[in-house]
Amino acid sequence: MTLAAARKSQEQDPAATGMLDLRGEALQVDPSGVVWWPDERLLIVADLHLEKGASLASRGALIPPYDTAATLARLGEAILRLRPARVIALGDSFHDEKVSTTLPEGLRQQLRGLMAGTEWVWIAGNHDPLPPADIGGDFTAELGLGPLLLRHEPQPGRARGEVSGHLHPAASVTVRGRSLRRRCAACDGERMILPAFGAYTGGLNLRDDAFRGLFDPARLNAYMLGARTIHRVSGRRIGYTG
Amino acid sequence: MNTEAAPVSPDLPPVFADWFSARGWAPRRHQLDLLAAREKGASVLLIAPTGAGKTLAGFLPSLIEIHTRGYKPATERPESPLRELMAAGDTRAALEAMREARKRPSRLHTLYVSPLKALAVDIARNLETPIAEMGLDIRVETRTGDTASARRQRQKSDPPDILLTTPEQIALLIASKEAEELFASLKTVVLDELHALVTSKRGDLLALGLARLRALSSNLRTVGLSATVADPDALRRYLVPQPREGEVLADLVMADPGAKPDVSILASDERVPWSGHTTRYAIPDIYRLISENNLTLVFVNTRSQAEMTFQELWAVNDDALPIALHHGSLDVGQRRKVEAAMAVGSLRAVVCTSTLDLGIDWGDVDQVIHVGAPKGASRLAQRIGRANHRINEPSRAVLVPSNRFEVMECRAAVAALAEGAQDTPPLMPGSLDVLCQHILGCAVGAPFDADDLFCEVASAAPYAHLNRETFDRALEFVATGGYALRAYERHARIRKRNDGKWRVANPRVAQTYRLNVGTIVEEAMLKVRLVKAGSRTPRGGMWLGEIEEWFVSQMEPGDTFIFAGHVLSLVGIRETEVYVSKTVSRDPKIPSYMGGKFPLSTYLAERVRDMVAEPKQWKLMGAQVAEWLRLQSLRSVNPGRDQLLVETFPRAGRHYLVCYPFDGRLCHQTLGMLLTRRLERMGARPMGFVASEYALAVWGLGDLSLLIDTGRLSLADLFDEDMLGDDLEAWLDESSLFKRTFRTCATIAGLIERRHPGKEKTGRQMTVSSDLIYDVLRTHEPNHILMQATRNDARTGQLDIGRLGAMLSRTRGRIVHKALDRVSPLAVPVLLDIGREFIAGEANEELLAEAADDLIREAMET
Repeated sequence: MTLAAARKSQEQDPAATGMLDLRGEALQVDPSGVVWWPDERLLIVADLHLEKGASLASRGALIPPYDTAATLARLGEAILRLRPARVIALGDSFHDEKVSTTLPEGLRQQLRGLMAGTEWVWIAGNHDPLPPADIGGDFTAELGLGPLLLRHEPQPGRARGEVSGHLHPAASVTVRGRSLRRRCAACDGERMILPAFGAYTGGLNLRDDAFRGLFDPARLNAYMLGARTIHRVSGRRIGYTG
Repeated sequence: MNTEAAPVSPDLPPVFADWFSARGWAPRRHQLDLLAAREKGASVLLIAPTGAGKTLAGFLPSLIEIHTRGYKPATERPESPLRELMAAGDTRAALEAMREARKRPSRLHTLYVSPLKALAVDIARNLETPIAEMGLDIRVETRTGDTASARRQRQKSDPPDILLTTPEQIALLIASKEAEELFASLKTVVLDELHALVTSKRGDLLALGLARLRALSSNLRTVGLSATVADPDALRRYLVPQPREGEVLADLVMADPGAKPDVSILASDERVPWSGHTTRYAIPDIYRLISENNLTLVFVNTRSQAEMTFQELWAVNDDALPIALHHGSLDVGQRRKVEAAMAVGSLRAVVCTSTLDLGIDWGDVDQVIHVGAPKGASRLAQRIGRANHRINEPSRAVLVPSNRFEVMECRAAVAALAEGAQDTPPLMPGSLDVLCQHILGCAVGAPFDADDLFCEVASAAPYAHLNRETFDRALEFVATGGYALRAYERHARIRKRNDGKWRVANPRVAQTYRLNVGTIVEEAMLKVRLVKAGSRTPRGGMWLGEIEEWFVSQMEPGDTFIFAGHVLSLVGIRETEVYVSKTVSRDPKIPSYMGGKFPLSTYLAERVRDMVAEPKQWKLMGAQVAEWLRLQSLRSVNPGRDQLLVETFPRAGRHYLVCYPFDGRLCHQTLGMLLTRRLERMGARPMGFVASEYALAVWGLGDLSLLIDTGRLSLADLFDEDMLGDDLEAWLDESSLFKRTFRTCATIAGLIERRHPGKEKTGRQMTVSSDLIYDVLRTHEPNHILMQATRNDARTGQLDIGRLGAMLSRTRGRIVHKALDRVSPLAVPVLLDIGREFIAGEANEELLAEAADDLIREAMET
């Protein structure tokens, strides 16, 4: 095999590209943390938590106010690169209900810039149950697309074709005595949970009780977000027992 | 106290003079010197060895002053008429009486501050005796984090004469609305174990607290009690307010140094290992020494070494000698039991870490065994001082080196002790995160004027060089976060009101401050509980102690480790608890933090370099070490005292570069990070490195000897000081150590809240991890005051950048290169460490890829 061929084969290696099959649809986990559906030219992003910094500041924690700009910049980069026809924000896009009215004008412009030229759908989350005022885009509680159903919060038990967020999945693996932890997408071929995208969103280990019963442990893969690639690791390896 | 028959000083009031002479005692010279300082109203530093009656010396002036100040003690005051008046229905008179009672002057005269809660409690006990015997009307109380809140509240309205407390409690008292009244009568602050306090952030917090106390009470006098230190003037400055220009020193009293300790290095017939820190080879010798003495303290450098040594001693304990274990992770109840057993003399040995370093007197220790490297001469002297609390008899100590380099270090330490040389670390400028916390505390106490507070802060020695611009940035941070993007004005925590004074914006701010006060940011700790092996849903179980979360997070269920004196197997983790079971395994996976937490002192490092350079000294270190160094001079070379030896050689398909700065593991680790970055750029394809206290080894695929030989790699360029510029900045981006430092600074400064036990589950939505804040801040505001605080800390703390800079400049132009065909004798110890250490730096991505590769292989095989 030539070097170029080897590199090509590595790029096409499903473990590194983040390609996965969900109810027969080919989806791709992007290292930025969004999910790309090439056939539909559809970009899905979960848990943006815009203005989380400002929201916490109103409760006394004066953490740096740059999170919204940082989150939108990263999302903008993904949109520019993938050029989606449609963007679905999977809920908890705004950290609290007031944000869509209190969002500073500069950030509002930045967000509108991202939305221009794409069809944009806000899905309701527990932080933002109502449609955002004065920002645009469609609003819905759930969205069915072919075999897939997009909603914010995963329903208990096994759910066919569900794509959700809410739980902020992360995985840790031990390699040569060192424990490494990353945000990840989790998918067992039946349902998928996206990583949280916002700059101030943490992760919840897939081993946590909150994920219990959601996936088939034998078929679960965690798609850990690397610097430039996706690292696909089996559910067994990360200690998911069902 | 001693029994010399010196004439009683005429300065002593009769009741004190009688007390001394009734016991056939006389005050010591330094005790009288401290009384003289009181007469002058002067602040004073007392430097005295353990057992010199330091504590009584510190309190004697206060006891006399309180006794003679003419304050009418409570017992002699007429009974309060309040109750009678209320009963008689005379409300007006009762209210008058209440007002009168409130006007009663506070009696608080002396504050005693110690770094340890236990020490405060111990001192209170020791003070009660003379007070009772002299029949003095003096009330002594302690106030620590353990004091019940009702009692703490009462102490504010009705304080004792002498309050024994900690730096954190002082911060809390200053931030209370009673502060002004409470401290108006304060005359003296006694600071115990000052040498231990001043080199930490707690010392900064206390320095700022002292500055505040000086503003609240006029003519405040300080008395510092310290072990011997390298630079007494730094402590003398600390005790008195500093002017804007120049410096002022407190008086100095030096006690007689006492008998020289009798220190030897263990002469074992066993082979001293090349590397490692287990000291297994010496266990039978240590056991023999324990059995020959009444009570031995076995000091080790880390908790894991304590566990290991304890385990090994019991394995050979055929006579079932009562040997106990004492370290900071153990349950408090367990520690108290050990201390009590020591005090009553029912133990023969205690294996302990620095938890027994400071002056609590727990019994008649007649021997100290120091296992592992001493790290510093002064620290060793203080530990050895524990072996005898009678000043005129020499303390006895045996040093047990755990490897060959440590033999040299022990030898250097013994020589330093003989000369009385001191190597306590220098005092650092005050930290900015502590300043932020103090500013908020001041506002919580009472409204302040920024100009006044600045002058007050700058009068504290650690902040004497603080400029106004930095102070204002700290103030801005406290108010609104201090971001260039002024987004949080309306959420301000403190606000400047119309009278120009800063006040707390709302009561919640004060509440949050009180919950977060202090400078000790613990690693996240998990409770360890013992359950039955194989239990699927573990619950309950005996509480063994606490363990660092990061350590547990590296383990898988089934992994074994030593803790609380048992070999344990990890069953599982649930929320904040770790479930373990006992195991029969004899080969535990021991904690990875094998090296000491304290770096080798620069002073000892210098002496060790001298010894390596000077063949005449080799035979002092025993035949094994002498032979090892002789072989080194045959195969390679022993570096001169200011030279840096760099060896390159191939081994098993890889190429190694080993250098010997002898500057401590932290410094070498930072050097390793930076060297691998540079080697990468120079095309030498480095793969990893390992750092020890003495040496650094880097390995890779490129033939380093050849690269140097052909001039493609210049060692002078490689070790150039400019690595502390851009390379350092770039590396800090990724350094998890740096992120940990940031977390500490952000917590102390009040940006993020402490984790309080039981509150970890407040929900992931409510808090933001400090790593995420760091990432955002680094990109958007790299010069924020907390980033500055973090960089300052990194310089001295975990990255030891200051020392690395000194090493690079010391060895500039003095690099000696040896291209060898195989590993040199001096390089063996550090190469043996490979495999026990993590691969550092950027390897994470590749390791992740490897985890993914496993899966591919799995897939291909089926």
